Amino acid sequence: MAINPYNRKPLKVLAALAAVSIGLYGLLFAAVTWGDAQFKPKLGLDLAGGTQLVLAPRLVGNAKVSSDQLNQARDIIVQRVDANGVAGAEVTTSGGRNIVVSMPGTPPKATEDAIRRSSQMQFRPVLAAAPGTNQPVPTGTSTTGGTATGTPTGKATGTATKPAVPTATGAATTTKAGSALPGAFVRATTTPATGASTTPAPTATTGAVTPTTPATGGTATPKDASDLAQITPQLTAAFQQLDCSKDGVLDGIVDDPAKPLVTCSDTGAEKYILGPVEVRGDQIKDAVAGYQPLSNGQPSNIVEIRLSFNSSGTKAFGNVTKRLVNLEDPRNRFAVTLDSQVLTAPTAQAAILDGQASITGSFTIQSARDLANQLKFGALPLSFDLQTRDEISPTLGSEQLQMGLVAGVIGFALVFLYSLGQYRALGLVTVASIIIAALLTYVSIALLGWSQNFRLDMAGVTGLIVAIGVTADSFIVYFERIRDEVREGRPLRAAVDTGWRRARRTILAADGVNFLAAFVLYLLASSNVRGFAFTLGLTTLIDLLVVVLFTHPVVALLSSTKFFGGGHRWSGLDPQRLGAKANRARYAGRGRVAMPAPASATSDGSAL
Amino acid sequence: MINFAALGNDLYTGKRSIDFVGRYKRWYLLSGIFILLATLGLVFQGLNLSLEFSGGSEFRVSKVTVSDTYEQTAKDAVTSVAPAAAPEVTTIGSNTVRVQTEKLSDAQIRDVQSSLAKAFGTTAGDVSASFVGPSWGASVSQKALQALAVFLALVAAVMAIYFRTWKMAVAGLAALIHDLFITVGIYALAGFEVSPATMIGFLTILGYSLYDTVVVFDKVRENTHEARGNGRMSYAQAANLAVNQTLVRSINTTVVALLPIAAILVIGFLFLGPGTLLDLALALFVGIAVGAYSSIFIATPLLVHMRDKEPEMVELAKKAHRYQARHGGKVLASDAAPVEHGRDEEQPEDAGSLESAGVGASAPGVVRGTHKYATSGPRNQPRRPPKSRR
Repeated sequence: MAINPYNRKPLKVLAALAAVSIGLYGLLFAAVTWGDAQFKPKLGLDLAGGTQLVLAPRLVGNAKVSSDQLNQARDIIVQRVDANGVAGAEVTTSGGRNIVVSMPGTPPKATEDAIRRSSQMQFRPVLAAAPGTNQPVPTGTSTTGGTATGTPTGKATGTATKPAVPTATGAATTTKAGSALPGAFVRATTTPATGASTTPAPTATTGAVTPTTPATGGTATPKDASDLAQITPQLTAAFQQLDCSKDGVLDGIVDDPAKPLVTCSDTGAEKYILGPVEVRGDQIKDAVAGYQPLSNGQPSNIVEIRLSFNSSGTKAFGNVTKRLVNLEDPRNRFAVTLDSQVLTAPTAQAAILDGQASITGSFTIQSARDLANQLKFGALPLSFDLQTRDEISPTLGSEQLQMGLVAGVIGFALVFLYSLGQYRALGLVTVASIIIAALLTYVSIALLGWSQNFRLDMAGVTGLIVAIGVTADSFIVYFERIRDEVREGRPLRAAVDTGWRRARRTILAADGVNFLAAFVLYLLASSNVRGFAFTLGLTTLIDLLVVVLFTHPVVALLSSTKFFGGGHRWSGLDPQRLGAKANRARYAGRGRVAMPAPASATSDGSAL
Repeated sequence: MINFAALGNDLYTGKRSIDFVGRYKRWYLLSGIFILLATLGLVFQGLNLSLEFSGGSEFRVSKVTVSDTYEQTAKDAVTSVAPAAAPEVTTIGSNTVRVQTEKLSDAQIRDVQSSLAKAFGTTAGDVSASFVGPSWGASVSQKALQALAVFLALVAAVMAIYFRTWKMAVAGLAALIHDLFITVGIYALAGFEVSPATMIGFLTILGYSLYDTVVVFDKVRENTHEARGNGRMSYAQAANLAVNQTLVRSINTTVVALLPIAAILVIGFLFLGPGTLLDLALALFVGIAVGAYSSIFIATPLLVHMRDKEPEMVELAKKAHRYQARHGGKVLASDAAPVEHGRDEEQPEDAGSLESAGVGASAPGVVRGTHKYATSGPRNQPRRPPKSRR
């Protein structure tokens, strides 16, 4: 049987909708089967409970936390939490001292660490470098080395219950132990020669330190940050005693940006004496993580973080690289430190004046993204230790959600009855459209819960129930336009087409405004408001999708049936009931006259 | 159930018409009263902000066996000492109950501590008390307000471009602020607690109010455009007709939007008592009702007022007056009936061709004989002049 040519386009559109729906559900099914997705949408903190982390600031000596610092830290933590998706976490200060982060679900360890790390990035010139272990034992484990006692480990803070920092960075490291020391700046492509911890290098230790001795006797004030005159005998002693392979060796390190620093690389393979800070982390304008492109433009498998500096950072960075180029090894190296540990210390091979740098290191793509986010939102004024980590029960009883859903079902039934009363058989189209919209919303939320960590809280659930109204409105606008056209005396099929063209404009404008609202709020606001914006944008898009891909084609198809096209009195489009000006010429303005065609014209397709 | 189809017919054709624009004084007065009430509520009662905004006190009862009734036990214990504390109860881990309340005085804190200890059968030493800072602090509000300001500016620009007049944008935004202000004011008057969930409710109202106004204004735009083309209606008349024509849509939409929320309200009221669900539903119910009201009764008269004084509109009103005097002084829908303008490219002929066929037939009942030049075909093709004339 040949398809009525009038129905070809609607059928095509319906097929597209079916393809979209099957695709989405197929994706969800695949994600559940092979990924860690679940069929049920994820619920938010108030409905499902979650994990509560109490973070205590790490204070050296008897320093105090000011409320300004605490609030600043809270704001930055909120941004970091938001960057992990739209989960709707709650961040509060507690007792004027601690920060309490409540997150739905159980966040992975890496997320926890990423939230509480200070992420102070600093750029310091290298004054001296040596392999990380003092007394290399052939087995590679040097934990029994007796020399590693002394000053750095002595200053344990009162609140810290666990040795947090080294394990945190260590967790992010997945490269094999034998690999070369990570990284180089883009322009400086050669990786610095490294002494891996397996090679016994007692001579290297002394060799690196010896150049300092003649310099100490000379000038008292250093000329620049690379001046070896800064190395005092105390620093030399601390440097020689430092054993990077020991856990917790850097706990309580005092990091004064204006003074030289003795520290380890994050893998523990190398230790350094670094000059004062020359470029600070807050001079970074933007940070993006990605795969380093090869020379042919294809991405390689090396993960890099691209940094761009602000104007003062660009200038400072240019000056440093210009100076370092002319120095001898290891003083031509420039160390990038994160929380006092050296991420990478590449050799400067050219002056970088455009303020663009790239760090490669022992990153996975995930840890690089976390770090880029932390750099972008700024460093915390303090480092935090995890004090407690507990399960937390939902603040709203389960009966609130249940009752909300029951109310939703009852409300939907009322909408169903009402639209049947108003639009007769056309009301069925409304209900079918709402059901399609609900199915699409469900799958989208489940998918977004999987990919974006989107979680429904109580406000979100009520928002979705309200969305029934907004979605139904699109159909009401459309149906009323069709009725208007029928009242004008148009045969139904023509009324559907012209009505659609007018209604489409209105629906697009109204939905466009709503989508704009969602978009702006999502970009600019934080925490809960973002969650709302997400829901609003989602329902608006689905509304548009359903009305274009489902309601209109279905009505177009129905208009060529006898029941609707003939204007049956239960079809909701009965011309007589709508008071159509049947068979009456209509002056259409501007010297034109519109004559309604007789009703038979609807079924013979002569209009083609 | 009333069926609006017949009413819709009358409203559409102009047989029955409600003078929305003309009786603006009545509506402005009504809104004025609401705004006054809202202001009174905001000034004297103030918004009752929850502890998410202002911070509060937190109690932790440790070393207890958490039974099923822990929530009620804790709530009773707190409200017996401080009735207005609005406690929120959660469990932390397996043996700790956390109670968060609004900010309490030192004496109250001690009382609540001992009361909680008694209720859970532990000593007061196992009930710790501390202050919690706000999770929706000043910075979150500030960012949200910034986002709102940017959004309003953008929406104003988009509406001004879409409707080709900035006055529609102004009227739309005025209606929006009207809705939000009244809803927030009623909230303050009722003394309900404003939680982050309520804030989200207010934002939902914002979205809905704008949506509704844009839908009504789109019809106003269509009708007034037509009226300016044929000069048969003044701007006010065309706008009023538009509101009448969309009235059935507005009623249906509002009912459909309110039905689910009413269901939540009733169920929340009967089975749950005060809580997030009820608070949210109330905010939304009021907001959507006010939003629908303002699109019709406030935004459109406001728009007409702003545009009525324009020279072009004054001219149009005169022209329309002359026309209507000639035709018995009755305003009919056909005067603003949508006329086929340029059709969409994708559907060059279907509905339209039927009409033009009718025109060609010059059937009986035509009001006035059309010029034969106009009836000769669907379209006047440009003729190529002979070469000598080019």
